[in-house]
Parts: sequence; C-alpha cells; structure tokens
Amino acid sequence: MDLIADFFRNLNATTGWNFSIFHDPFDARRFWLAFWVTAQLAALSVVFSIVIGICGAFAQGLRFAPVRWLVNGYIAFFRNTPPLVQMYFFFFALGAITPMTRDDIGVETPLVSNFTWALIALSFFAGAFNVEIFRSGIEAIPRSTVEAAESLGYSRLKAYIYVILPLAFRVCMPSLNNNLVNLIKTTTLAYAIAVPEMLYVANQIWSDTLNVVEMMNVLLVLYIGLVSLLVWMMHRWEKATRMPGYGA
Amino acid sequence: MGESHAHAGVRGMRRGIADNKVFPVLLPASERLARRVADERRYGLPMLRLDGRGLLACIALFCLWAGVAEAQAQAAGLESVISIILKWMPLISRGFALNVAISFIAMGIGTLLGLFLGLAQISLLPPIRTGSWALTQFFRNAPWLVLLFYCIFVLPFRVSILGQTYDIPNWLRATVGLTLPVMANVSEIVRGAVQSIPRGQWEAAESLGYARGQTLREIILPQCLKRMLPPWMNLYAILIMSTPLASIVGVEEAMSFTRGALNAERRGDLLIPMYGALLLAFFIFCYPIAQATQTLERRYQVTT
Repeated sequence: MDLIADFFRNLNATTGWNFSIFHDPFDARRFWLAFWVTAQLAALSVVFSIVIGICGAFAQGLRFAPVRWLVNGYIAFFRNTPPLVQMYFFFFALGAITPMTRDDIGVETPLVSNFTWALIALSFFAGAFNVEIFRSGIEAIPRSTVEAAESLGYSRLKAYIYVILPLAFRVCMPSLNNNLVNLIKTTTLAYAIAVPEMLYVANQIWSDTLNVVEMMNVLLVLYIGLVSLLVWMMHRWEKATRMPGYGA
Repeated sequence: MGESHAHAGVRGMRRGIADNKVFPVLLPASERLARRVADERRYGLPMLRLDGRGLLACIALFCLWAGVAEAQAQAAGLESVISIILKWMPLISRGFALNVAISFIAMGIGTLLGLFLGLAQISLLPPIRTGSWALTQFFRNAPWLVLLFYCIFVLPFRVSILGQTYDIPNWLRATVGLTLPVMANVSEIVRGAVQSIPRGQWEAAESLGYARGQTLREIILPQCLKRMLPPWMNLYAILIMSTPLASIVGVEEAMSFTRGALNAERRGDLLIPMYGALLLAFFIFCYPIAQATQTLERRYQVTT
C-alpha cells in the first residue's frame, strides 16, 4: 500500500498529476467509501429491478384486467419520463409526505433516507424496462408448453415459477444484460439527491483538492470497470444457463 | 453460428426428424426474439415501446393528483394549485424550449460525427477500425452524467479566435457533453446497419466494377437508412429525456425552472403537481416519437 501511495505522491511532485485518492488518507477513505456506496446501489437496484420485472411480468399475464392496466400504466410512465425527474419526484415530492423519526440524539431524520429513495427510484425505473423484457421472453414460450404444464396440474403461479420463468429467463438474458448496464450508468443520478456515491464524493474531492481532470479520469475508468464487471458476470451466467441448440 | 443451428432445427422439425442437438420447444418464437435481442444489443439502448392507454392513464393520474391538491388548497384558503401552475407555465415552457434546442443540436452534431465514426469502424485499415471501435465503446459505456461533468469542467469557458474573445455559455458545453454519447450510439447504429446488409450485395457490386466507396455510397447506405431510422429515433427520445441532467451542472432548463418555482412558492402541496406537470410534458413530447418509431420499425421489418 505504501508503495502505491509513494508512487502517486512522487507523480504529484514530479508531474503535477494529483491523484489525491491514492496518497491522501482522508480523500482515500471517503472516496473508497463512496465507491462502496455506488457498488451497493448498483447491486441492490439490479436485484430489486429484476424482482420487479419478474413480478410485473407475472401480473401482466393475469386475467384480472385492472392489475394489467396498472402494470401497463406503470411501464408507460417510467419508460417515457426522464429518470432524473423521477428521482426528484420520489425524493422531493414523495419524500415530503413520508413521516419523520427522531434518532438517538433527537435530530429529526426522514424515515426513508436519500439512499433508499435513490434505490427505489432506480429500481422502479429499470424495473419498468425489465417487465417488458421478461414479457417478451414469456411470449417466446410456445402456448403448448404452458398447456402441457397446466395439464400436469400446475397452477398458474407454479407453472410460471417452474416452467415459464426458467425458459423465459434464458431467452431474455441478453436484453436484460443491456438494461442492467444502463442501470449501472444511471446510478450516477443519485448525485442529484445528495447520496454520497462516487460522482458526488468525487465532486467534493475536486472542490477541495482542485484535481478536476484527474478525478474525472478516475471516475470514467472506474465506471467502465464496473460496467465491464457486470457484463463479464452476465456473460458467465448466460453461458452457464445456456440451452444447447439455442443461441442468440 | 447460432442462427444456422436454429434454421437447421426448424427445417428438422418440419421434416418431422428431431435433431438431437436442438432444443425444439422454443425455436420458432425464439428465432424472432433472438433477432430483436441482437438488434437491441447492437444499439445498446432499450427500445421505448408504449401504447395510447398508458398516456391516458398517466394524464388521469396527474389530474387526480392535481385535483386532490386543488381541493386541499381550497379548503385551507390558499391560492389555487392550477392557477399557480398556469402562472409558472410560460417560464417552464421557455426552459423546455432550451431542452428541445439542446437535444436538437446534440442530435444533429452527434449524428454527423457518429456517421463518420461508424464508417471508420468498418474501415479496411486496422488502426482506424480499432481506434474508432475503442472510442465508440468508451463513450457508450461511460455514464452520461460523468461525461456531462467532464465537458462542463474540462472544456474552456472562454476561447479567443483571431483576437476575438468568445464566452462559451454553460448550455453549449452541456450540449457537447450530450453530443459525445449520442455520437458513440449513432456510430454503433451505423455499424450495425451496414453489417446487417448481406455480404452478397458487396460481392455483387464488386463484380459489377463498383469501387468500395461507390458501393458504400450508392448501394449499401441507401438501404441502411431504413434500418437506421427506428433506432435513431429511439436514441433521440432517450436524449431528450437525458437533457434534464444539464440542470445538475447549472444549465437553466425546464427542470431548474421548476425547482426555482417551487422554491419561490414555498408550498409542500405543490411538489407533486409541479413535478407531475413536468413529467407529463416530457411524456407528451416523447410519446409521438415512440409511436412513430414503433410504426416505422414494423414497416421496415426485414424478413430474412
């Protein structure tokens, strides 16, 4: 660790490139904490958006029409409005009407923190796309497969869980992959509601240390790294669950 | 590779002979889906798909919300919510006009640059091909907001050309920031469209004595235009929805004005109707584009 710090201190002294997050303990601590927040935000919103996608796609297949309308309205709304405005809408508009609690020292804090609002907004945003993706996967399942499951006595839900979803999931994996990459890039929007994620803290650091260009480049590299990691993992998963003879 | 497998499978099924390498159940639908997925992967952006009932539901929801807020305001003896929204409407629409202007400029320049970058991606010279590929991937995979920050902070805010000093306004730098990802996505659309034209056409043109440039200009690109139009429009819809990002870096567009108006009014019950109105404005702007994209997509569907 010291070796790295020394190298970047040296770099700063000789070339003026000030990567303070590698040699300044204070900057390093807050930046890697922020990296952790971004990673958490990305991972949790990926999971929740997939859950929303799975539930929404099931609800779209129900016979009860109002539920279908509700899901369709949700999809249309979240797909055709800017994610930033959604984020503000959740945080300021809905955040204003959620109750407040008092913490241990008596300071009023909102029941739902801004991290949670960002998580909710991102999950719903990506979830709307995921519902569509899963639905198109389900449409690829031939009617006869579903009928076969029904004739074996599967209920609608059980057939969905054990027969339709496993097949649909494999079919829509590449689409899902695209959307999740987009989701990771959209986590930067949490900046707007002051979630201490990577972009937000990087902004603080370059305001203090005046190393705008260096921090910008670090940010770009780290985000591309995160996206590459996701793409790599999804490809591994895609390969592992691949059906022989079917390839997109 | 996978395509050929799938075709073989369909033929195998028609002859009634099960090809044991193929999972027969999913084939007919999965082929169509696989094509769509390949398209989406090529364009890198999810397609916007919606129908009219969604629009109606959203408007109804907004009216309901505004109505509740209105009733509460009336009961409390405050100024009517609707009149406040109408009062701020001119200012916010002026901001919205800037959003539209930014999106038009970014789309125009981004398309032009992206066209060249996309053609560079299919160049025969390896360094140009690899370089433009790397550039495209870089700008496609970087978050839009980070690119926006990059342009706001790194571009100079004053340039002097021939002794004249020009200030570069904030919104122009933000436009550059939005142009970069548009450029990369257009580049990918162009490359995808050119590569979707069957190889046979290139070979046929070559045998007729066309040079490479001529083939591209007179045979390949005219056909690509049709295939590029739907994803290009989809990209525009995504771009217009990204323009509020500029408010984060201090550009005074619709989002900033809405926030300003809310700060000036200092009323909690206005938050939902005002933000709701802004959401609705974007929705109504995007809706025809998304519809047209779908229609064109269906019309230009290439059956291979």
